[in-house]
Amino acid sequence: MQTWSLVSICVLLGVVVRWGVSLNSYSGAGKPPMFGDYEAQRHWQEVTYNLPVQEWYFNTTENDLNYWGLDYPPLTAYHSLICAYVAKMINPEWVELHRSRGYESPAHKLFMRATVLVADLLIYIPAVVLYCLYLTDGSSKKKVSTLFCFLLYPGLILIDYGHFQYNGVSLGFALWGVLALGLGWDALGSMAFCLALNYKQMELYHALPFFCYLLGKCIKLGPMGRGFFLLVRIASTVLVTFALCWLPFLSDPSEALQVVRRIFPVARGLFEDKVANTWCSLNILIKIRSILSSDSQIYLSTACTLLAVLPSSVKLLTKPTFWQFKLALANSALAFFLFSYQVHEKSILLAALPVCLLLNDLPLVAIWFLLTSTFSMLPLLLKDGLLVPYVVTSLAFLFFSLYLLSALEHCSEEELRLGAYHKMLFFLPKLDLACITRWKFYIGVAAMAGLSAVSVALVPPPHLPDLFPVLVSTTAFLQFLGTFLYFNIVQFSGPPSRKTQKKNN
Amino acid sequence: MAAPGLDGCSWFAALSLGVSLLKCLFMDAYHSTDFEVHRNWLAVTHSLPVSRWYHENTSEWTLDYPPLFAWFEFGLSHVAQHFDRNMLVVENLNYASPATVLFQRLSVVFTDLVFIFAVRECCRCVQEQKGPRDVLSRPSFVLAVLLLWNFGLLIVDLTGFMFGKGDGFPVCVEQSRHLQGALLFAILLNLKHIYLYVAPAYGIYLLRSYCFTQDHKDGSVNWRSFSPLRLLALGAIVVSVCALSFGPFIAMGQLPQVLSRLFPFKRGLCHAYWAPNIWALYNMLDKVLAVLGVRLKLLEEAELPRASMTGGLVQEFQHSVLPSVSPSVTLVCTLLSILPAVASIWRRPRGARGFLRCLLLCALASFMFGWHVHEKAVLIAILPLSILAVESREDAGIFLVLTTTGHYSLFPLIFTPAELPIKVVLMLLFVIFSFAALRKLYSGQGSLLRPLESVYLAGLVAVAIACEIVFPLSPWQQRLPFLPLLATSVYCSVGVSYSFLRLYASLLRQDEKPKQL
Repeated sequence: MQTWSLVSICVLLGVVVRWGVSLNSYSGAGKPPMFGDYEAQRHWQEVTYNLPVQEWYFNTTENDLNYWGLDYPPLTAYHSLICAYVAKMINPEWVELHRSRGYESPAHKLFMRATVLVADLLIYIPAVVLYCLYLTDGSSKKKVSTLFCFLLYPGLILIDYGHFQYNGVSLGFALWGVLALGLGWDALGSMAFCLALNYKQMELYHALPFFCYLLGKCIKLGPMGRGFFLLVRIASTVLVTFALCWLPFLSDPSEALQVVRRIFPVARGLFEDKVANTWCSLNILIKIRSILSSDSQIYLSTACTLLAVLPSSVKLLTKPTFWQFKLALANSALAFFLFSYQVHEKSILLAALPVCLLLNDLPLVAIWFLLTSTFSMLPLLLKDGLLVPYVVTSLAFLFFSLYLLSALEHCSEEELRLGAYHKMLFFLPKLDLACITRWKFYIGVAAMAGLSAVSVALVPPPHLPDLFPVLVSTTAFLQFLGTFLYFNIVQFSGPPSRKTQKKNN
Repeated sequence: MAAPGLDGCSWFAALSLGVSLLKCLFMDAYHSTDFEVHRNWLAVTHSLPVSRWYHENTSEWTLDYPPLFAWFEFGLSHVAQHFDRNMLVVENLNYASPATVLFQRLSVVFTDLVFIFAVRECCRCVQEQKGPRDVLSRPSFVLAVLLLWNFGLLIVDLTGFMFGKGDGFPVCVEQSRHLQGALLFAILLNLKHIYLYVAPAYGIYLLRSYCFTQDHKDGSVNWRSFSPLRLLALGAIVVSVCALSFGPFIAMGQLPQVLSRLFPFKRGLCHAYWAPNIWALYNMLDKVLAVLGVRLKLLEEAELPRASMTGGLVQEFQHSVLPSVSPSVTLVCTLLSILPAVASIWRRPRGARGFLRCLLLCALASFMFGWHVHEKAVLIAILPLSILAVESREDAGIFLVLTTTGHYSLFPLIFTPAELPIKVVLMLLFVIFSFAALRKLYSGQGSLLRPLESVYLAGLVAVAIACEIVFPLSPWQQRLPFLPLLATSVYCSVGVSYSFLRLYASLLRQDEKPKQL
């Protein structure tokens, strides 16, 4: 069948799964007084529509920052404003100042879900389609299979359409950036990434690879010549984009400062809740939060993050190819997730996006990581009442990605690029690493399935009320750490050789 | 490069798993009145003695399927009591605890397995062309998708549980397992009497090809090869199944009561949402003539009965200008319309494909002329047509017209705004797939659709946009709320009638030049 009909079928299936998930509950449904992220988004529509721009980020009588104050950069605010205009046309009660707090109704839920779908259709999904069609190699069937699995990634669907967020917008812009860079349009790519950054500050996880790639490219082109002009072009694009986004706040420096203060709150702790990163897992053995002062906590996490992200960035700087870029994105996001300050579970999506880009090249590990990322958010999903969508989408993703990408067939040592492991583990007897990897995969999936079932079915013992979330985050952490090491090793092993590429095609 | 992973029979498992997971995802989506119907029947069969089953009317949804279905519900109720005992109390009208819903949906998933098995059998029967072919262009793959991911079945599953997955059973007859086919059909008929529509096809075909063991050289009937033994075997099977299901009720003398429940003729010519059949056109004509008559001062407005046909409720009504239609008239029309098909299969049975065509025509004819037909009934015709469509180019063209219009006529069954994206997207999915796949299957043989048909289908899109988007936002929404239903039904009945005529034409044309299949 023609590619376009296959592509439209994949997109339509993606949309139907998304809408199916959106019929379920959202975060904070029916839970006054604070509700959840859904109410936060609705509140931002209310605030941006009714108040002048200068007051959006300030604590005034009209705008109580303690009740879901705006803590994302201006582009989110503008997006909320557009949604608010539409909401006002349909039903003004939804965005009435003060009176609409905690507003919940089926019609309103439909509207909010629709805004997420529209944003996805305009930004995220086209980027995914174009990426899969133009920047992956293989037959057109392989491209369509990759597209389908990419669109079926459960984590993003469950968070955006279940819990309720607009990650599709920021990740979509970042993906446009990656797409543009892959096609060689550097200025456009940097503009897209700046838009992503101005939508959610968490995109800083991806900032270092973008910076190193572009800088490395400029240096390669010759620091005194075309490289310099490229650098100037990129720098000016970035500055202009930032200026345009922050325009209303540039008139008064104190306003801009307040925005920055809102989006980077430094008064919080090393971690909140149970998240699958190093500090939280370490906390089980050593109570870090009580041993170190909050300043030293910040220094420690910064130091560790920099250390973790340094090798990958330096490698990218010296060798700015697209393959290195994709791996560096994954490594950087994972490094930040594992070692950074005040990380939320949802930040794993920032690592999941680059790994989705690697679905075509390293299918088994990518699928494994993507499943684990969804699993790591299980406590959050259970709190939101999203068990059925979680199970259905995870099963669908596991089965279809293994089937369509033949992940279990294409896992010889060469394809998994395990050669470097042999060199590192030279002191151990000759092992069949591919077989080991496959078994690790099976055990990992079994463990995740088992823990999911147990979290739902059993009640934790009274003296260990957080047993299951802790188990979930620790298991996920171990798998993330392993994946982080793997991707770093792959990045340093060199590009896929022409021979293996020809075999895959 | 061979398609990765798409080899062997694994694609069938992938398709089935996909559609089952999709249905699981929509588990909480929609409860229609069918949900309450099912629960009520579980309660009635579990809590009351057999003699009260067909007299019970606490709920408005009385037992109106044949006794074998009642026995089936009885069996299910024993499983249901482990989920939630309270659903089996007859007085608990509209009881919908989460456990109840879970049980209902699980029972649907289970019955789906039966359907999936039947589809697999169908796909095995499809003739494959020699030579390595990419999986996506294989007829069996296309057929599997057309049957498993049939938009109509998905929508019907969303809205209710009652639809027959038993349409796969014709396949057994195809494989010349006549007795098995007879048995399965008898069971099916006793489960849902809607299959009475196609009983003549089965009956005549089995009689003809099974009881007459040999044909003359040119295919006509060889009276001397009649085998009374085989007739007895067939008869025994059918009678025993019917006895099993109706027996207790005949013994208790409740047969008239049961029949009156099964065939409630008080329900009116057309269903609440008009099925796109001849009577929709007839009603429309009647309305138009009435309005014209009033305008041209030929009729007195006061003489006309109040406009209740477009009322959307299930009532009896009279036509104003054209003669009123009674149940017997529809029966006669239906019988007349299936006569040529049945006669042709008697004179020259053309094996399994001929039988399938006759079955399809009987189903469609009953749909066109029947009394109180539900739109869902068009699926009984669409599913067999899918099998024919992957093998013959002409049938593929007719299939595209019939399915698109038939499926679109199901749109009004789902009317909440939350489900609007689902039905639109699923419809688009099915349309894109059927057009692209069938076109690829018959590539190089010219276009599948005639220009007029393409224009008609494009017009369907316009009607869809008008009804779903434009109309609710327009000022006529209050005054004429059933206008979109009317427009949908009338527009679709044109398409369905056209497909019916073309199918008949193809059957009679084949009759003139007998082909050995």
